[in-house]
Amino acid sequence: MSPTARVQTWIDERFGWAELIAPLKHKTVPRHRLSYWYFLGGITLFLFMIQVSTGILLLLYYRPSANEAFESVQYITTQVRFGWLVRSIHSWSANLMIFTAFAHMFSVLFLRAYRKPRELTWVTGAVLLFLALGFGFSGYLLPWNTLAFFATKVGSEVAGQVPIIGPWIMVFLRGGPDVSGATLTRFFGFHVAVLPGLATVLLGVHLALVQRFGISVPPRLENDWKYLPESQRQTRFFPNFLLRELMAWYAALAVLGLLAAFFPWGLGTKADPFASAPAGIKPEWYFLSGFQTLKLIPAKVFFMDGEVLGVLSFGLAGMLWLLLPFLEPKRESGHRPVMALGIAAVAYLAGMTIYGYFGK
Amino acid sequence: MSTVSTEEVLAPVRTADQSGAETSRRSLLKIFLGGGIAASLATFLYPVLRYLVPPAETNLGVDTVVAATIHELKPNSSKIFRFGSRPALLVRTAAGEYQAMSATCTHLSCTVQYRKDVQQVWCACHNGMYDLNGRNISGPPPRPLEKFQVHIQGEEIHVQRA
Repeated sequence: MSPTARVQTWIDERFGWAELIAPLKHKTVPRHRLSYWYFLGGITLFLFMIQVSTGILLLLYYRPSANEAFESVQYITTQVRFGWLVRSIHSWSANLMIFTAFAHMFSVLFLRAYRKPRELTWVTGAVLLFLALGFGFSGYLLPWNTLAFFATKVGSEVAGQVPIIGPWIMVFLRGGPDVSGATLTRFFGFHVAVLPGLATVLLGVHLALVQRFGISVPPRLENDWKYLPESQRQTRFFPNFLLRELMAWYAALAVLGLLAAFFPWGLGTKADPFASAPAGIKPEWYFLSGFQTLKLIPAKVFFMDGEVLGVLSFGLAGMLWLLLPFLEPKRESGHRPVMALGIAAVAYLAGMTIYGYFGK
Repeated sequence: MSTVSTEEVLAPVRTADQSGAETSRRSLLKIFLGGGIAASLATFLYPVLRYLVPPAETNLGVDTVVAATIHELKPNSSKIFRFGSRPALLVRTAAGEYQAMSATCTHLSCTVQYRKDVQQVWCACHNGMYDLNGRNISGPPPRPLEKFQVHIQGEEIHVQRA
């Protein structure tokens, strides 16, 4: 008997091999011309796994204090062998992951995969995206450089604009009235303990739901398949779809390796709490649309401060987005306003991001 | 759900005389695929393994250090000082002469101390005992402590690696 067969027998005698792999054997994935969009969720998952592993590697040398953080990242990128690569992969993968998560979300929206019975899959996915933004915001501060320092100052100040509880949130985020070493300690804790814990649980639920309901078929196709069952096409999850997914992961890895090696992430200058903000300072691209919106809102709108209005609108938009599957009208063409909203959202986010990038 | 056509798992139709060629072609492809995957995994693993080993400390090369000034130690007393990145022990014997040695016990690397009562160097962790020349005289330590040279220059006591 070959070693693998012996291991298989060993497991089979104890846990029942056939039963273990039964879900894998029966699981199928619908096959149609839009099937490629299904890869995005898997690629996001893959990039998340890269974040976890490179994050653990960075923890071996990183020191979370205002006096040592910048120096330790400098040490990683200049002294530790391949340290520059590990850090660069962590930064690039973070950005790619946010991008693929957004792309995954909009593909789910436009293929209408959020509809019954998958409402909670949407909700958990949306919360995961917010967590990813939290990862981005908290991780950005950790190298303790000038850009990160001011991004955190502005970002936590924006959170402070929320009526009534805002000042409390701001102090909670900063660990004091100002961005200081205490903020770095907190953000480090959020970034490596709180957010990973939450994300792991939610990711587990999200994947369990995907497993439970199977993969959604776009409504029009579902209709066709109902009336013409012989036109229905399915691909086995194992090994056919999985192997294709793995190929997509390899492609993603190639892109990541290319970006990390040829465009290594810079470190900038060490944060100085008593220096002026440098000219042309901008947040990471995924916060640019919000940043630009806040810049465009006038200081006073009717009786309200512009910032307060902006923050309240962001909160409201996020909440509506989260509950989108429940808000879709139940009638025949009820999805039309949601599709229009989706197109408007893409256009707004893309437009504001580009405007923010090139705007003065 | 009625007829669901499922993709066939790579299983080309073969005739009897083709199957041999088909098998060897397949095993060659398997070697290429497996080899390619193994090679790419090695390229991921190599940087990670190199990354895990920390770069050598740069401040190990210290050869001389000012351990104390001549007014600091009374006879039959001692002081722990930094020698490079490790602690070292400076003893002023009851007779008034200076002795310096590594303070890292050769047993399991605890930091040793000078005991005035027995006038010997003692390790608290496992009751190891050294004499004032650093020789291991009782308990578990397998080797003597590294001995350093002491020079007095003006008011300063310089300790130098032998």
